[in-house]
Amino acid sequence: MADLINLTIDGVALAVPKGMLIVDAAKTIEKDIPVFCYHPKLKPVGLCRMCLVEVGTPKIDPATKQIVKDEAGATVIAWQPKLTTACTTPVSEGMSVRTQSKPVIDAREDVLEFLLTSHPLDCPVCDKGGECPLQNLTLAHGPAVSRYDYADKQHNDKHAPLGDLMFIDRERCIQCARCIRFQDDIADDHVLQFHNRGRAEEVITFSTPGFDSYFGGNTSDICPVGALTTADFRFKGRPWELKTAASVCGHCAVGCNTALNTRLNTRTGVREIKRVMPRQNEQVNEIWLCDKGRYGHHFTHAANRLTHPLIRKDGALQEATWESALQLISDKLKTVPGQKVVGVIGDRLATEDAWLFGRLMTDVIGAAPAFVSPRTASAYADVARAAGLGADADFKALGKGDVIVVVNGDVEEQAPVWFLRLRQAVVDRGAKLIVAHHRSTKMHRYAAGIARFAPGAAAQWVAGQPAELAALKDARNAVIVFGDEKLSGHNARALAQSLAHALAEAGHADKPNSGLVPLYPHGNTQGVCDAVDPSRGAMPESADVAWLAGVGDPADAPRAGFTIVSELFLTPLAAAADVVLPAAAPAEREGSYTSGDLRAQRFWPAHPAHGESRPDWWAFQEVARRMGKDWSFGGPEAIFAALAAAHPAYNGLSYAGLAAVKPQWPMVGRAEVNFGGTVYDNTAGLGARTARVPVGGAAEAPVEPTLADLTRPEPALYRAGDLIRHSAVLAGRLV
Amino acid sequence: MLRTNRAADIEKVFAKYPTKRSAVMPLLYLAQAEYGYCSPEAIREVAELCELDPTEVKSVTGFYTMFNESPTGKVILDVCDDLPCALRGADAFMAHCESRLGIKAGETTADGKFTLRSAMCLAACNRAPLLQANGDYHYDLTPESFDKLIDELGK
Amino acid sequence: MAKHLLLRDLDIPNIREIEVYQANDGYAAWHKAVTTMKGEDVLGIVKDAGLRGRGGAGFPAGLKWSFIPKDVFPKYVVVNGDESEPGTFKDHQLIRGNPHQVIEGTALCAFAIGSNLAYIYLRGEFSEPGKALEKALDEAYAKGMLGKNLFGTNYSLDIRVHYGAGAYICGEESALLESLEGRIGQPRLKPPFPATNGLYNKPTVINNVETLANVPLIVHNGAAWYKAMGTEKSTGVKLFSVSGHVKNPGNYELELGKFSIQDLLDMAGGSSTGRPIKAVLPAGSSSPIIPAANFGAKLDYESMGTIGSVLGSCSFIFMDDSVNMVWAARKMIRFFKHESCGKCTPCREGTNWALKLYNKMLSGEGGKADIDLIADVNKQIIGKCFCPLGEFATSSMTFTLKHFKQDYIDFVEKKMGGSPEFLAELARDAHATHGGH
Ligand SMILES: Cc1cc2nc3c(=O)[nH]c(=O)nc-3n(C[C@H](O)[C@H](O)[C@H](O)COP(=O)(O)O)c2cc1C
Ligand code: SF4
Ligand code: FES
Repeated sequence: MADLINLTIDGVALAVPKGMLIVDAAKTIEKDIPVFCYHPKLKPVGLCRMCLVEVGTPKIDPATKQIVKDEAGATVIAWQPKLTTACTTPVSEGMSVRTQSKPVIDAREDVLEFLLTSHPLDCPVCDKGGECPLQNLTLAHGPAVSRYDYADKQHNDKHAPLGDLMFIDRERCIQCARCIRFQDDIADDHVLQFHNRGRAEEVITFSTPGFDSYFGGNTSDICPVGALTTADFRFKGRPWELKTAASVCGHCAVGCNTALNTRLNTRTGVREIKRVMPRQNEQVNEIWLCDKGRYGHHFTHAANRLTHPLIRKDGALQEATWESALQLISDKLKTVPGQKVVGVIGDRLATEDAWLFGRLMTDVIGAAPAFVSPRTASAYADVARAAGLGADADFKALGKGDVIVVVNGDVEEQAPVWFLRLRQAVVDRGAKLIVAHHRSTKMHRYAAGIARFAPGAAAQWVAGQPAELAALKDARNAVIVFGDEKLSGHNARALAQSLAHALAEAGHADKPNSGLVPLYPHGNTQGVCDAVDPSRGAMPESADVAWLAGVGDPADAPRAGFTIVSELFLTPLAAAADVVLPAAAPAEREGSYTSGDLRAQRFWPAHPAHGESRPDWWAFQEVARRMGKDWSFGGPEAIFAALAAAHPAYNGLSYAGLAAVKPQWPMVGRAEVNFGGTVYDNTAGLGARTARVPVGGAAEAPVEPTLADLTRPEPALYRAGDLIRHSAVLAGRLV
Repeated sequence: MLRTNRAADIEKVFAKYPTKRSAVMPLLYLAQAEYGYCSPEAIREVAELCELDPTEVKSVTGFYTMFNESPTGKVILDVCDDLPCALRGADAFMAHCESRLGIKAGETTADGKFTLRSAMCLAACNRAPLLQANGDYHYDLTPESFDKLIDELGK
Repeated sequence: MAKHLLLRDLDIPNIREIEVYQANDGYAAWHKAVTTMKGEDVLGIVKDAGLRGRGGAGFPAGLKWSFIPKDVFPKYVVVNGDESEPGTFKDHQLIRGNPHQVIEGTALCAFAIGSNLAYIYLRGEFSEPGKALEKALDEAYAKGMLGKNLFGTNYSLDIRVHYGAGAYICGEESALLESLEGRIGQPRLKPPFPATNGLYNKPTVINNVETLANVPLIVHNGAAWYKAMGTEKSTGVKLFSVSGHVKNPGNYELELGKFSIQDLLDMAGGSSTGRPIKAVLPAGSSSPIIPAANFGAKLDYESMGTIGSVLGSCSFIFMDDSVNMVWAARKMIRFFKHESCGKCTPCREGTNWALKLYNKMLSGEGGKADIDLIADVNKQIIGKCFCPLGEFATSSMTFTLKHFKQDYIDFVEKKMGGSPEFLAELARDAHATHGGH
């Protein structure tokens, strides 16, 4: 380990990698040097001056250029006369650091007293109270009393909106610039800046709409005081009243790890989600969330959630018991031939739901394999499964020598956190980016190569062996991210196949950090398709019975004599059904999702299910049992075991294994709010990569796009008609 | 519109720098000359020209004292009352300016002709008391010469 | 001094015009350098001459130039004409009176390091003197002194003027670069230094206007000639901006190390008020104040150090014994509070707090405890700031307290606060300065 540097901190000897900052080195031996502006995910700036320490280096004799030793043979340390910021100073060989000496302790007290001359003492009404670095560090290191005349405090705007999603309390801000730096360096949306200067310096936005970024919510996590609060959570609860459940965001293919904070409404007796926080998973979302993931949780508590099964009687849907609904369904299914039953399942359901639904259709009812909605995405999921990322893949390992290709996708709109991570691979670490699309996207800003093709002609472009893809040949690793914008299922599949082919041609087929990454519409498109192995043929014009489980798009539903709908809400499809089964929302149950980069991850219930709603797998099992099948899965764990035994992608994985954790770097999370912000650490599971499964069959040729393909709207993060329309805070941003 | 009214100037400014961003300050001066101050529209225009977010431009106008974010009088009088000038009577001189114009430093006359401001050192301390009127120096002032200057500038 | 080397406008009428400048050996060094010399030769001469930076820190110019990596392109020269230190007005006179010498010095610096583009950063308030400089630049282009393929060689050079917009901190070199790049003028973290990561992240030399104005003469007359002036470590001539309570305030060009503070005071005609001079700030508001007892010190970098002060930018603000240092220190703190960029805590909060305490003193509400608190707040700032501005601010407190503690005690005991003049000054301050800073 030639690259380790030896140093001592407060007399403790340690060795850390070259280039590490003193503040991080101290962290490795669990010594906290207090910080405000420093954040392990942001470039150091050294402006708050909270982390001042004493630093010395081995004394060198100017004559001999040798290190000076004392009588005992120990290295003499030359201490620097001024205190040094631990957050900007990298370690060096033989360095000595004092973090507890009198000058250091005094300096902390001094800086805190300075900060508090301008900071209001409104902790009792501040949202950050209880998880506030300033509060914590003041208790630990601050002066007992301030000599500043309280009446002399500067008064600034409180609760000033920064657009519709964020509020700022300008008195609380300590000008650490974490929020500005996040927006500048990580989100690349320069919509927060300082205005004015000196003591009058304050954070502003002047964009339209205000604070125009998909990632703004993260700034409230990393703000070390209660200056930045989200419109969603402010005044909604105190941190110590909140309970937390680990979850996984289902809004896109990234699968960000989240922590659902719930609070008991003592008036109604209902426990509700109050906020969604990031949960650290360095290989998935690090510590970030996009605003859709953060604010898009309100559907769980939507007023029109289904609470009881419904059965059509006399032309109208009427409340019924589960028993009668399940009996009605199984009776009906027994009377029709299996081939006349069509199952369609949405890609938002858990993998375990999908596995049982698939078995129910083929093994119990004797129907053809179910369809997965949306049809376009389900058309190429097996190709993506075959050519996806390898087991150890990590976007964070991409850098110089690697090539990232984005084809026909808008990464920021479709998989926002991947956008952040891929952008950093390119901008900060030197990976080469090639973007091919029929229109401009934010990713184009960082592209070394840009190709354009006609709308809907992505597969044709790849088939033409474009010069831009020649870069794949010399790449150390190659990651191809692709989307299905303006493509039919057939053409999307052709695109995936040709991209997989291009990867293989260039020698990347078996590399661990190379592969295809599809920009699926939702969080479990891959898992549902894996479990169902969906039909890719034409949807039958009509059926005797159709079972639509979580299907959003009416175009994906066949006309049927008898329709069963499993749903959260009374959607148009549900309203037209004969039986409606109320499904438990993800936050009300457990299960697993498989992300677009092939990681299976578990989520846990955060609060009891609404009314009598139940997990979908339970309803499927109940129907199967009524049809004579002796299923007795106790829950997702057992179902996952069955899937893992049967499906090569999941062979060897266990549900319990998905809950395994190991230490992550940087060390952030609950115990570390001072350091990393209010992000949660990951104690519930980092998930596990599922395996590639080869797919047979020759590559199909793309066909001309149809008018229907070309008129489909562009993907947009806040495309309405989604679950997110239940989030009032996002109303102004829906498109 | 800046883009149409000052096209030649804008082109000259951009030609001076290898990046568009460096043109922000010179363009803000142009905008200020065009609109009288750095109005929100001016800021958005400059942002568009420099391919920046308006927030970044607003940040610049907020940092530097010579960019005015609200309308000012036709003539801005920056009277230095920093230490070297104060040693040579700048505070008393400033008091005269205030009474002659009938406003306090920091204010604009009711007719919109003059804005009086107190300035930090203007690098001409040997000629105190002094002021800048819209950037032009006027040195060795006395109450009498100030009054004359105001009469002239006020015409 | 018979003839001026920098303030040649005092000896030669109209030297700001290129014909006159050229008739007096102007651009001769430039022509010689471009047509007959290599960059490193020019650099060598400047290094040998021992020219030290005139912007404040006194860093050897040639040494600074030698840090520029040879193989990285493009490189830049940036001339610091921000001149905002209270009491400093030498660069102002140079660019107005002798602009071609500044341009020629800039050009020689660019040639020495192999740069093809230089910016002269003038404080925004210099729009009027800046016109003189811009006119001179136009003349220089017209006469073929600047532009493409100079004198038939393949060396090209452009020099452009950029204006700040009112921010003292932009005199600090890294803040200046931020400003030139179109950002707010907050200093950058160092390292890396501008020599490797300067303007647009490229190698950059930043020198003061006056520093570069010396260069044409050095290249023209040789290092030995220049070194013969001044002392061993402080070579050459220097401009001294003299202001305050003196009869003849103005810029004085003196050989370094040959004269004392008292000599300078005498040259400026002595006290203008008839009262004895009590003290001087030798480098504007940011410098340690020097009581009259130490006026024997010689005017060079080393001698000023031995009396616990600095030569800095050589802006001597003389004050007679009518000045109470509480008032003077308040003026200075007001300046620093106004100019603090806001980036680091001690400077932003410390200057704000200190000003409030001085305001309390002036308003007549201050007591002895406030003197101690001022000392404490001051100590809390010292050694903790991100850039020198915050440290500069402490000088006004540290050294007035050190040398004139009695002024503070008198101020309280004799109830000097609360006078109508002070109250008027405070009232004005409360809302006078622009931008709400
Ligand atoms: C707060 C601050 C203000 C400064 N102001 C100026 C200035 O107005 N002019 C200047 O030449 N140098 C100024 N300096 C010094 C510059 O940072 C830099 O050292 C100088 O321009 C280098 O040129 P020189 O080596 O030729 O002196 C200032 C430094 C600080 C910290
Ligand atoms: S709002 Fe918070 S994160 Fe932003 S500068 Fe202020 S204290 Fe820092
Ligand atoms: S200066 Fe190091 S944490 Fe802010």
